[in-house]
This record gives sequence, structure tokens and C-alpha cells, in this order.
Amino acid sequence: MKAFIRKQRYLIDFTLSSLLRRPGKNLGLLVVYSLIVFLLASVMLFTHALRSEARLVLADSPEIILQRMVAGRHDLIPGSYLEKMGRIRGVIGKHGRLWGYFYDPAVQANYTLMVPRDRQLAEDEAVIGAAIARTRGVSRGDFLTFRSTDGNAYSFRVSAILASDSELVSADLILVSEQRFRTFFGIPEGYYTDLVLNVRNPKELRKVAEKLTLRLPDTRPILRDEILRTYDAIFNWRQGIVFVLLTGTILAFVIFAWDKASGLSAEERREIGILKAIGWETSDVIRMKFWEGAIISLSAFLLGYLTAYGHVFYANAGLFEPVLKGWSVLYPEFRLTPFIDGLQLATLFFFTVFPYTVATIVPIWRAAITDPDTVMR
Amino acid sequence: MEPIQLHQVKKAFNQGRPNEFWAIRGVDLTIQPHRATVLKGPSGSGKTTLLSMIGCLSRPTSGRITRGEQLLSGLPERFMTEIRRRTFGFIFQQFNLIKGLSVLENVMLPAYPLGPDHAQLSRSALELLHQFGLGTKAESRVEWLSGGEAQRTAICRALINDPEILIADEPTANLDSRLSREFMAIVDGLKQTGKTILLTSHDPVVFDSPVVDRVVEMSDGQIMDPSCC
Repeated sequence: MKAFIRKQRYLIDFTLSSLLRRPGKNLGLLVVYSLIVFLLASVMLFTHALRSEARLVLADSPEIILQRMVAGRHDLIPGSYLEKMGRIRGVIGKHGRLWGYFYDPAVQANYTLMVPRDRQLAEDEAVIGAAIARTRGVSRGDFLTFRSTDGNAYSFRVSAILASDSELVSADLILVSEQRFRTFFGIPEGYYTDLVLNVRNPKELRKVAEKLTLRLPDTRPILRDEILRTYDAIFNWRQGIVFVLLTGTILAFVIFAWDKASGLSAEERREIGILKAIGWETSDVIRMKFWEGAIISLSAFLLGYLTAYGHVFYANAGLFEPVLKGWSVLYPEFRLTPFIDGLQLATLFFFTVFPYTVATIVPIWRAAITDPDTVMR
Repeated sequence: MEPIQLHQVKKAFNQGRPNEFWAIRGVDLTIQPHRATVLKGPSGSGKTTLLSMIGCLSRPTSGRITRGEQLLSGLPERFMTEIRRRTFGFIFQQFNLIKGLSVLENVMLPAYPLGPDHAQLSRSALELLHQFGLGTKAESRVEWLSGGEAQRTAICRALINDPEILIADEPTANLDSRLSREFMAIVDGLKQTGKTILLTSHDPVVFDSPVVDRVVEMSDGQIMDPSCC
């Protein structure tokens, strides 16, 4: 057993010195390989962390959102529906929400205007998301003026800026008073954008939604789980887009790696011949080359993955932010919570380290089974 | 130690193809232990092919090579490698040292598959290097060595597993006459320690040397005077 371990150490030792003997070639390969792992891992870590972030944020959101539908489109819902739906077992709270979108031509960005329930705002007062403050260059006490759909200009005094830890969802958010919201968007009294219901037991959600559909047939209940699924789908789709864009790079790497791994140089063939002639078995040569492939691919994997980790969680994924976060103008600035998915890690490992190691072994096996007397010629 | 015996050994290359070529055409030969034997002949006479079959680097197309009771030809690769590693030490015409590695690493290479204790192995390798006047070159890269030093490194490498038989293919082909004579002096020393030496050469410095006990002359894949063998 000791001899076996020592033998492996000799093989690894020889492999390392072999790698160092061709520094340019192997370093080049390591850099390209690490870069590919870095790109793939960055996308995976980033989308996964975003999904987790969205889940955390949505954990506090209402269980059911009720929207009124007119001709298949989302329409304002009368406040009277709160009474009309009656008492439903399991529902512990219900209220109307006022929110909407506003396009600001000055910065060509969409804002989300919302009436908060947890704070009272004066009519001209507004609390804005950090991204809006950055983009418009305003701070507390400044005024923001928007032109409403009726042509009138309304000024809002910025009374606070939302904390940046919730920036993923609050980047483009403006909180205004109910009165100003109704005036600005022309929403009559007694109407809301939608209604929200809090349900304590998640098992009752479906039943509550079913009752709502029966009692208020012109409405559509949306469950929080459905929103989460939509988020998942959106981030998966974005991840897919980035992967498609990366396909070219990955293919180029595959060709490069295959060429490097499968094509043995005359010098390498000669070395294999020498090693066999001086008493190395075919299996020793294959093992040595296996270590070579494993050392390169493992180092590249670790290097790429750690760089990607730093890129995503410490540098805010600067390379992919525009595509993956999805805000066109107002990019949220926030630090993602580091989160690693074991399965994702294993998948990336399997698709990067495994093929390369196999690709190195096949040609070596072919070269290693030839008679060692070739070195005599 | 047993003699090596060859019985009607033949070797064909590209057998069954239009370019089929018989490099060895039925050789019977006995190589006595503790002696220096030279296979002499012009290029293409089959010396190297015969040497590689005796050294378990390749197998004969037909015939048998034995060492005492042990059959050397026709063994599975693993066993051939095992015999090659423990019984034979090789010195190649081009020395075949691995570039980029140090002299010491090159000498230690044949022992790696056996997994010996590292300290002991490097001690043995350094002893050999000192013995052959290469002690100061241990850490040098092999590509920095002169022809004579490269050959002595190759000799140290051949001896690291302490083989009974030393095989050298055209060992003086890349050396001048002074270094060739030095090499034969080394062969003499090795013979004195009980090694069996088998050489191929068409260099008179080798086959006319008093160190050599026997010269086997070859031509066209056959031994020219079979009665000598």
C-alpha cells in the first residue's frame, strides 16, 4: 500500500514537472479553461443567487393577489369587491393596493409608483429607490417633477431614500401618498390596482383562490408561488440566453482543448516511448497523463469557480449585470448573499473536468499501447 | 544467472502487407551471463531489432527467447514490462534522456513505477552519479550536458534498478574515439561487477576492444557464422 501511494506521488511529481516543462502551452490552456469555468460559474452563481434573493424578498409579500380582468386585460378593481367576496375561512387580512408604472422620458426609465400601507406620506412627499436617486442625481429634500397623463406637472419632495439592502425590488420604486397617486394617474376614489389577501395556512391557498374565482368571476387570483415560478422562469430564460451567447466561446474551447488533449506532439510520443522502454507500464503512462489532465482541469475549475465567486458576490457580477438583472436603465446596487448550490456545482464540475480528463486519456492510451521499441529507431 | 537463448527467432514488419519486411530471418543464439557480447554488422542487418527482442521491448514474429526456464517472448505486456524493468538496463543510441528534467530526475525515472522510498532512491541515484563523475551535474538539466555526460547519465539511468543485463544500442555512435574508449572502460568496470553486457555496434573501438568477449556478426537479419553461436 505504501509503495502504491509512493508510486502515485512519483507519478504526480513527474506530471507536475512535465507541466512545468511546457509552461507556455499549459499556462495558456489553464487560462482559457479557467475563463470558461469562470463565465459559466458566474452565470450559474448569479442567477441562482438572484432567485434565492427573490425568494427572500417575496417571503414577505401577500399570499394572494386579486386582479380584475376586463376583456382579458388587467383593470382597476372596485374597493367594494372586498365586501363582495365576503368572509372566506383562512383569510386573515385583505386590502386594496395602488400601484402603477410611470415612464420618465428624462432618463428613459420606467418607475414603479406605489402607495405604501406602512407609512403615512404628505401629499407632495415621495420616498424613492436608491437607483432613481442615483440616476436623477437627487437626494433627500430635493424635488422630482413628473408630467402626468392629464398634462399637468406634479412635484414630489424626496423625504427619504429606500434602504439599499432591498434594492433588488426597490431600485425603481417611488412611494407616494394615496391622494397624489389618484390625482396623478386619474384613478377615481374607491378603485384600486388590485386587492391582496393574507392567508395563514399555505395549504388553504388553492381553496381560497377557488372560492374567489366563484364569488368574483371577473377576477383572477395570483398566488405567491406562481410569482416565484415566474421569477424562476425569467431567470432561467436569462441564464439560457447568456449560455447561448457563451456557446461560441465554449465550442472554441472544446476544439482547443480537444486538439491539445487528443493531439500528442512528436516530443510527447517520444517521451512515452522512452518511459515504456525504461520500464514504465502502459497503465503507468496512462495514469501519469490522467494526473496531468486532472491537475489542469481541477486547477482551472477551482481557479475559475473562485474567481466567479468573487466576481458575483464581491464585484456584483459586473460582466453579466445588464443581462441577468434585467433593469434597462436603473440597475440595482446591492450585494448578493453568497449561495452555492451543490447540484449546480457538481453539474459544472461534471461538464468541465470530466470531458477534458477523458479527452486526454484516449490518445494517450493509443500511444501508450504501441511497442516501446520505437525509441530504438 | 542463466544464459539467454534464442531459438529460430524471426521478426517481420508490416506482415501481410505489400511492404512486408523480414528484419530477422531465423536466429539461434546463446548469450552467456557475465560476458560482454557485441552484435556487429552494417545498418539494416537486424542488430537493433534483435536487441529489442532480447530486451523485451518487442516480440518475435516466430521463434522463442528464453532465459533458463523462463520464456521471455510471447509474454503479456505487463509481464514483459516487469522483466524489462528488473532484468534489463538500456542505453540508447540517442541516449533518449527526457529534456527539461534534471540529470537526477532522469536517472530516477525507471524506478518510479516501483514506488521505492524517495530518500533511498535519490541516495542511490546520487551514488551512481558520483561513481560516473556526474555528482556536480545532478541538478543540471540534461540538455546542458555534453555528449559524454549525457551518455554517462544514460548509463546511470540504466543501472538505477540494478539490472543483471545491460543493453546498449550503438553506444559510441555519437561519441568521439576518446569518449568511446572511456565508454568501453566503463563497460569493463560493469562487467567486473558481474553484469552481462550486450551491445550492438559497427565501431571498431567497440568490437575490437579487449573488454568484449564475443562478437556476433550479422547480415540481412541472419548470423553470418552460425557455428560460432
